[in-house]
Amino acid sequence: MTKKRTGVFVCHCGNNIAATVDVKKVAEAMSNEENVVASEDYVYMCSDPGQNAVLQSIKDNKLDSVVISCCSPNLHEKTFRDNAKRAGLNSFTCEIANIREQCAWVHKDKAVATEKAIKISRSAVRRAGRDQALEPIAVPVTRKVLVIGGGIAGIQAALDIANAGLKVILVEKLATIGGHMLQLSETFPTLDCSQCILSPKMVDVSRHENIELMTYSEVQEVNGSVGNFQVKIKQKPSYVDPELCKICDDCAAVCPVVVPNEHDLGLTARRAIHIPFAQAIPASYTLDENACLGLNPVRCGKCKDACDVGAINYDMLPKTVTEEVGAIVVATGYDLYAQEHMNELGGGQIDDVLDGLQFERLCSASGATKGHVLRPSDRTVPKDVVFIQCVGSRDPANHCAYCSKICCMYTAKHASLYKHHVPDGRAYVFYIDIRSGGKGYEEFVQRIMEEDEAIYLRGRVSKLYRKDGKVRVLGTDTLTGQNVEIDADMVVLALAMEPSKGTADIAKTLKIGRDKDGFLAEAHPKLKPVESVTAGIFLAGCAQGPKDIPETVSQASAAAAKVIGLLSQPTLSHAPTVAKVRNSHCTGCEMCVTACPYNAISLENGKALVNEVLCEGCGSCSATCVRSAIEVKNTTGLQIQEMIEACLA
Amino acid sequence: MSEQQAEVTTDYEPRIVAFLCKWCSSAGSDLAGVSRIQYPSNATPITVPCTGSISPNYILSALKKGADGVLVSGCHIGDCHYIEGNFLARRKIHLVKELLGFVGIEQDRFRMSWVSAAEGAKYSQVIKDFVEDLRPLGPQTKVKAGRS
Repeated sequence: MTKKRTGVFVCHCGNNIAATVDVKKVAEAMSNEENVVASEDYVYMCSDPGQNAVLQSIKDNKLDSVVISCCSPNLHEKTFRDNAKRAGLNSFTCEIANIREQCAWVHKDKAVATEKAIKISRSAVRRAGRDQALEPIAVPVTRKVLVIGGGIAGIQAALDIANAGLKVILVEKLATIGGHMLQLSETFPTLDCSQCILSPKMVDVSRHENIELMTYSEVQEVNGSVGNFQVKIKQKPSYVDPELCKICDDCAAVCPVVVPNEHDLGLTARRAIHIPFAQAIPASYTLDENACLGLNPVRCGKCKDACDVGAINYDMLPKTVTEEVGAIVVATGYDLYAQEHMNELGGGQIDDVLDGLQFERLCSASGATKGHVLRPSDRTVPKDVVFIQCVGSRDPANHCAYCSKICCMYTAKHASLYKHHVPDGRAYVFYIDIRSGGKGYEEFVQRIMEEDEAIYLRGRVSKLYRKDGKVRVLGTDTLTGQNVEIDADMVVLALAMEPSKGTADIAKTLKIGRDKDGFLAEAHPKLKPVESVTAGIFLAGCAQGPKDIPETVSQASAAAAKVIGLLSQPTLSHAPTVAKVRNSHCTGCEMCVTACPYNAISLENGKALVNEVLCEGCGSCSATCVRSAIEVKNTTGLQIQEMIEACLA
Repeated sequence: MSEQQAEVTTDYEPRIVAFLCKWCSSAGSDLAGVSRIQYPSNATPITVPCTGSISPNYILSALKKGADGVLVSGCHIGDCHYIEGNFLARRKIHLVKELLGFVGIEQDRFRMSWVSAAEGAKYSQVIKDFVEDLRPLGPQTKVKAGRS
């Protein structure tokens, strides 16, 4: 093996690294390493002059490999590899030594941090010493996209992608698309009718030639990688043929089963056979098999008898389809934190204590009370309504640590809607702070306080209980220092937003990460807010974190733009850091074949053979091979051994 | 004897090689960095694609090359980016622990942890705990190459 000519470039990162790491000392130490023919430091290696200095050094010193000691490879590995390529080097002979996140930022003592930075840099130099020039593997692209979740985020992403001419499969768990936005009465700060702005988009989805809608369906399995994912989708039987269903309601009229209506959050009831709401897409009834008496015509069968067009089929079976897609957008949304968690606020057991979405259904013209704000318990008009913000949010000790972001605004909206319905009523709002960042948001809140005369009380509520047909609210006004007691007719809790049920499962299925609160994790909080860590999988909407509708729509469109950009390339490149077999060492024992999670290894003529397109380079094979006959390129056993040595030298 | 040992351990800084998987634990250690969570500098990280790629050989080799402790940290079980790599790694823990015991090395010199990309604080805690737990064991000399 010919000796390498490696260059080391140590970045100060302004003071980010240089404050705790003696960068000159690191550069000097590296210059004494074998193979290293140039070792320099610079204040900002990623800047244009910094990159040019690396480029110049590669040319001047005839380097064949470089090590950049700087921030995490997640940030600038691509930057420096592209730069190396610009200088004529193979980009896979550029290694990153992470001396910022893993060193400078986590240690204070300059001497020890410098020593550790030297070890990390030396380790990268050793690795670079055995790096091979690799060329990306071209893989074909499937120009079809899976969008998971049919709320506003999924709808927006699906439409944007479909309008660009790509095929989309939109998968929704429930029987209709629309999501939580369709439950809303009006939207802040313009008080647009939520259904009026969403329904046309839903119809667009159903009529779009490029969108295949799969409601009542869930993604069960995802294999493959960017450009070529294989997804298995299971569709539950709705027992009603949407092509035949005329939404005449004859079936529901005879159905003997009454269950709470999820769309109205239990404020109304529905039958086992039902349409979730009038504007449902697909426009068809669905038979809820869990509520139905048993899909057994002998036991009931009334709905089937009532259906003139023969749309109901009790023998409908679940359908599983396998689709090939090039990219995936995950828009699985949020759920409200359950009232049951809030023991001091009644734990969901007190009548007339509602959550925010229930209040939306009370205000909505299509809702439980046809748009009249009435107490659920006795259908009287409530005259004193208490709105409580930050319920379950901003409470790291007991509930969610984060701010749910939209509650200040929707509570102001609720107070306003209430006052418009009941002008002589009193709306009290308990708040910690008012967070109204957004276009027209602050003005909106001010208007609700001044024109609608909502009474804002800064403080928290300590207890709610039922007393004399009312809800007694015990709270504090911290601005006056007084305890406050209100006998309210109704209480509305602005509960925290949490990732929708099933987010953990879908994250597992897709192999994408979640953050500490369970929301889907973006690849970088600032610079890659719509990408997941897995290439080809993008995030949109509240699945990624609490956000309002404009932000959700923006993120969905951003995810769509990323997908369109990705899939407009003729081929995609697959990382060439895949497993490689040394035939002379391979005994054909098949240990690697069984260890491979991707079925990428087969036995050909008694030797292991790697399918490079399927291989993801995890290295599970190499760890099982007793003869080191199979190894991942540029992460070989020899490289790891030398890195270990470098860490301990 | 115990006094002598106590004396040895006071100014002894355990040297740790930390194998981190690229997707979870390395990203978790990045988050610790971004959050500026301070922890001891004893562990030098080596990022690998997956804990499943870590051969027991690497662990033994690190001890042989003078490490006082070896950490392997990966994605939580079920969250592996490569579907099941961390299952393969978990299987090897028992093997390695047994082997260490067999050759007379304290089993506690080897540790495995699950740190996700969102667990910066946990990563720092893992390092802190490991360093503290290694101190009473004193320097590892049993398999260190070239010991006198």
